[in-house]
Parts: sequence; C-alpha cells; structure tokens
Amino acid sequence: MQGGLPSLELVERVCSGERRAVARMLSRAEAGGEEAREALDLLYRRAGRAHVVGMTGVPGSGKSTLVAKLIAAALAAGRRIGVVAIDPSSPFSGGAILGDRIRMGEVSGHPAVFVRSMASRGALGGLAPGTLEAVDVLDAAGYDMVFVETVGVGQDEVDVVRAAHTTVVVSAPGLGDDIQAIKAGILEIADVHVVSKGDKPEADRTVTDLKAMLGLALPAAGLKRPVPVIKTSSARGEGIGELLAAIDAHRDHLVASGEYQGRRQAIRERRTLKAAEQILHEEFERHRQGRMADLVAELAAGTLSPQTAARRLVARIGTEIVP
Amino acid sequence: MAEAIRVIVAKVGLDGHDRGVKIVARTLRDAGMDVIYTGLHRTPEEVVEAAVQEDVDVLGVSILSGAHMTVFPRLLKLLAERDAEDVIVVGGGVMPEGDVAQLKALGVKEVLLQDTPPEAIVATIRRLVAERGPK
Repeated sequence: MQGGLPSLELVERVCSGERRAVARMLSRAEAGGEEAREALDLLYRRAGRAHVVGMTGVPGSGKSTLVAKLIAAALAAGRRIGVVAIDPSSPFSGGAILGDRIRMGEVSGHPAVFVRSMASRGALGGLAPGTLEAVDVLDAAGYDMVFVETVGVGQDEVDVVRAAHTTVVVSAPGLGDDIQAIKAGILEIADVHVVSKGDKPEADRTVTDLKAMLGLALPAAGLKRPVPVIKTSSARGEGIGELLAAIDAHRDHLVASGEYQGRRQAIRERRTLKAAEQILHEEFERHRQGRMADLVAELAAGTLSPQTAARRLVARIGTEIVP
Repeated sequence: MAEAIRVIVAKVGLDGHDRGVKIVARTLRDAGMDVIYTGLHRTPEEVVEAAVQEDVDVLGVSILSGAHMTVFPRLLKLLAERDAEDVIVVGGGVMPEGDVAQLKALGVKEVLLQDTPPEAIVATIRRLVAERGPK
C-alpha cells in the first residue's frame, strides 16, 4: 500500500472492510495525530453496531487464550470478530513486546477475524491511548463483536468499563484467598465472571469463593442482576460455549432493560472527559515556555496554588481549540 | 505523540530455535519499538496476515533451519498479493553469503547474520524505516 495516504481517503475503504486500510487507520488512531481526527470522527459516526466486550484480569489468568477460544466459538456462529489486545510498554524505553498473538494461533488469520496488538504507553487502567478510537474503526469496518483485552490488571485499574458494553473479569484459581476478591473494585465491574484453568483442582474452590463474595457485594453495589460465574478450561475446551452465551445474554439484558442506551451514553461522556484531559495536557506541554510561562513561574515561586493555576489554564485554552 | 516503529518478529516452519529471536525482540523493545512476537512454527500465510493486521513497518523472520531460500521468496510473494510490498522484510539467522546476495536481489532489504551486534540491529531497522518514508 502506498505510504502517506490521507486518512480521509481511507474512510470508505475501512467501511468496506479492506484489511490494509483498516490496519493503517488503526495505526493512525493509535498515534492520535491531528491529521486523522476528521477521519476518526466520520468513522465514529459510522460505528455503533458492534457489541464491545472487555476482557480483563490479572497477568497470566489466561485472557488471550480465552479470547482465542471465544473467537472460534463466535466464528462458528457466523460472526465477524475484532480484537484489540493491549500489552504493557516498558516504563524505561517506552518500547513493548506484544505477545497476545502467540496465544491466538490460527484463529487470528481467519478472514472474518481482525486482531490488533497495542502497547499501553504508560496509561494506567489497562487500556492504551487510542484504544477507544481503535474500537470505533473495527466497529465501522463491520465487525459484530469487538473484544478489548486489557493489560493484566491488578485490583483497581478498571478503565475497561469506560470502553465496553459487557465486561468479563477472568480470575485464575489459586492466586489468593477470598479476601483478595472483596478488596478489589474489579469484582464489581464484572458483568460476567470467569474462573479460568478449570481443569485445575483449585478451580472449584475459586468459583465457590467468588460466588460467596458476589453474594455479599451485590446488594452493596446496588446490582439487581445476579452476575454469572462461569468455569472454563481453554485446554479442554470446556465452558466456552456457556461463556459466549452469557456474554450474549448480558447484551440482550441491556437491550431489553433499556440499560444499553444508558451505558453507551456513559461511555460517550467518559470519553469526552478523557479527551478533554488529554487536550489540557498537550496544550500545557506545548505552551509551557510561551503563553503558560507565567503560570509555571508563579507555581515555582509559590505565589499560585495548583488549584487556581488549573482554573487559569482551562480558561486560557478554552476559546482557542474550538473546532 | 510520535509513532513508535512497529516490528513483527516471526519464526516460520519447523524451527524451534527461538532464543535468538527473543533476544532481538527484547533489544528492539529496549530501543523503544513496539515488537509483536508471533510464537513458533507459523506458516508464511499466518505471518503475512499478522503483518497486515498489525500494520508493521518491519517484518523480521529468523530462520535457523536452512529453509530460508524457500521461506523468504514465499513471504515476499504473499506480501505482494496482499498489497503489502511496503513492509520491510529483514532476515536473521545463519545462512551462506551467496544466499544472502540472492535474497537481497529478491527484495529482502537486509539480512542480519548470527554475529550482528544488538546496536547494529537497531540502527539497521531505524535506517530502513527512515529510507522508506512516511507510512
């Protein structure tokens, strides 16, 4: 493919599902440059049909392998599947080794599947900058389901709920007692819980613990719907169909209850705030030697508090970046 | 945000020697690149499809099995079929010098043999990407 093609010229090719164009547009979404903004806006408006499923859990819990199995099951049902798989960037060099494809094996080469690896670039919360725009691109390209596989997260990095309609939390057996589960905010974000590696003897215990903790957490979190806990074994291919059915059932529940619109609107609003934060950050960095120099100097001299400086920063930038 | 150079490193066919490719992956990561590793025993079709989906700048294939004169022509042909000739193909491993010249004539941009120091690998990748121009 020719280099340096304007992003706007890629839009129709993305919507017709042309793989090279989709791939290039994903690179532009990830880079987040000004050149691609209008094209990404157009694609955003063409998106909105895909069921976006977040997959999160601690490192090594088996997320990638499980996604590969889910893809195979969804393909058998005739669907087209997109995946955005995020791995951590090195905090030292900024580089990254993206290894999620290793587990995806041959399904990632299927004509109805598109898998894209992304580096976290230091973003916390399990997602990468540009992840949500990448999901829009795959959605506009006609993928029915888009899986977002987060960086292995710990206990409170739960940004995936900002992106997904359905959040699946994967727990591996034998990684800690039941107190780990109640500590973590990750318990409450799940629409579906998975206990992976179900062929291990400790898995049943983990399922029991999780169900018990959910029983305590549900009323407190104000959740009405019981959250399913599904035991899977990727090695034996067990529980995969059940998991796909639970993911579908959650989407059906969102649609039937009217929560779907609310959740989508919440995602839009969070994205807006996130983008606003990023604009402030970039504008401050760009102008710190120039128009922001007096703010920086006053902060250094201790004559201005960060709270007041922040208000002035917002006021100064406010009128200048309106499209 | 500047775009990081994206490299896919792959092992093709019946070749289980992945220590070298892992060291190369690590070296490139430490130079700030995004490195996608495919794992062992991939087919040329799988590797090219992954390179297309990942929109990589560079496809690096390590071959220690002696199958390089079969694998590289196949990869180049598949890339051309997929409108992906702009992907820079780099070979690595152990191979005779005569073969290296032939592979370069076919379109492999560079072949980095077993004694290449890590800095030279990084410098070569950066040079090839700079020479190609904008993606």
